[in-house]
Amino acid sequence: MNVKRIAEIEKEIVEDFALFDSWEDKYEYIIDLGKKLDVLEDQYKIEENKIKGCQSTVWLTASYEDGAVVFKADSDAVIVKGLISMLIKVLSGHSPEDILTAKMDFIAEIGMMTHLAQTRSNGLLAMIKQMKNYALAYKMMQVDEKNK
Amino acid sequence: MRVSEIREQFPILSRTVKGKPLVYFDNAATSQKPQSVIDALSHYYSHYNANIHRGIHTLAEEATLAYEATRFAVQEFIGAAFVEEIIFTRGTTESINLVANTWGRQNIDAGDEIIISGMEHHSNIVPWQILCEEKGAVLKVIPVKDNGELAMGVYQELLSSKTKLVSIVQVSNSLGTVNPVKEMIAAAHKVGAKVLVDGAQSAVHLDIDVQDMDCDFFAFSGHKVYGPTGVGALYGKKELLENMPVFQGGGEMIKEVTFERTTYNDLPYKYEAGTPNIADTIALKTALDFIKSIGKDQIRAHEAELLAYATAQLEAIPGLKIIGNAQDKVSLVSFVIEGVHPQDIGVLLDNMGIAVRTGHHCTQPLMKRFGIPGTVRASFALYNQKEEIDVLVAGLHKALKMLL
Repeated sequence: MNVKRIAEIEKEIVEDFALFDSWEDKYEYIIDLGKKLDVLEDQYKIEENKIKGCQSTVWLTASYEDGAVVFKADSDAVIVKGLISMLIKVLSGHSPEDILTAKMDFIAEIGMMTHLAQTRSNGLLAMIKQMKNYALAYKMMQVDEKNK
Repeated sequence: MRVSEIREQFPILSRTVKGKPLVYFDNAATSQKPQSVIDALSHYYSHYNANIHRGIHTLAEEATLAYEATRFAVQEFIGAAFVEEIIFTRGTTESINLVANTWGRQNIDAGDEIIISGMEHHSNIVPWQILCEEKGAVLKVIPVKDNGELAMGVYQELLSSKTKLVSIVQVSNSLGTVNPVKEMIAAAHKVGAKVLVDGAQSAVHLDIDVQDMDCDFFAFSGHKVYGPTGVGALYGKKELLENMPVFQGGGEMIKEVTFERTTYNDLPYKYEAGTPNIADTIALKTALDFIKSIGKDQIRAHEAELLAYATAQLEAIPGLKIIGNAQDKVSLVSFVIEGVHPQDIGVLLDNMGIAVRTGHHCTQPLMKRFGIPGTVRASFALYNQKEEIDVLVAGLHKALKMLL
């Protein structure tokens, strides 16, 4: 299980971004994150893992290990991939409850709100929603287990 | 034509985006508006806003006159024989849907064929798919060649006595290709088919003469010809429009209503139910006057220069491939760059104040045909200048350095 709380990780990202004084630095960092994101095996790059968006393709998959949700994702666009990398850094490895209540305010604070717009979808918005859907599904699974 | 003087007429062109001067290369999506068009809208609301056609007071009369003056301006703009052949709509999409729902419903039967092309915008695909599904008709598609031109030989083969309609784009929004519509219309008429021409992209660049073209229907949008959003027109040959069933029911489109039976108004009002978009329709005339004051030949000469310059400059960028190299093109360049997703380029260019469009441009089947997720599209208008193309090229080099 991830030891740091979601809010702490968000705060760290905001602090990192505060060091950049130009948009170029900011995007170079995101592009770098995108390039370094763990490869998603081809077996997961299937239609049902696709997040329907307008422009680039995003694949997102999740697994449930010891009470924590682990996310893996990929995209054919590197900036989107960098943004996903941040989402994974923030949300992956946490309990379904923590993921469901995560505020995700850091996106606005690092000046990436424009990527939340529907037109840019793939849209972090759609991705966050899908990640929370996975968390909700695992939470329901937990409840079912307990009731057995 | 002095571009600097023209630019002064477009207030938006002097704004900055993210601290940089705006470079607006998304004209194929919508053009910017000259001050005269903006003023026409505000003048209407400040001086003679009224509902048109039935009022007997001064304001209603002034508004009606201005509204109908646009119909004459559109008639002249596209060379229609009769003013009542001009129907106001919300734009190209609604114009096409109007034909599909009226003429289409009346004339398309099971087994009939409708021909479109592989470079159609979704708005010239989906209405026909809906109609074909409803009627059991068949949609046929003219393939696109590697250079972005239509396979005319295949078109000839597709035409038969089963063909009832050919609905074809005059200028491709994704490739810039100018299709030989006059020749295609003549061929379609030989087998007895009607032809609708989608003029969404062509109206702003080319001289439109619906009589010379001999199309049966022509559709275009106001906002792509320096006019306001939310207004466009459908042209139809008079005898066709007279015999088609009505589209929407309501006020304006009726002659007499009783609970037993309603008789419909004459052309063009038969197809204009409800209070129309009066303000934007009035300002559309101002936009057409603006185009006329400069002259399409002047505009075309300037845009051709921009196209040639942009093509040469962009082709020099390593790994860049232009999608659509038709002989006859409007001022639009669609391209992909090896190893880079179009969206990444668009995001970075936006940070440099450059507005381009990235994606599938509502032509998903065309993107599939070229095996690409989308393109970066830079589309030029009469107010663009070579210096802006230089900014784009420098911006692309910078983006590539960041991405690769």
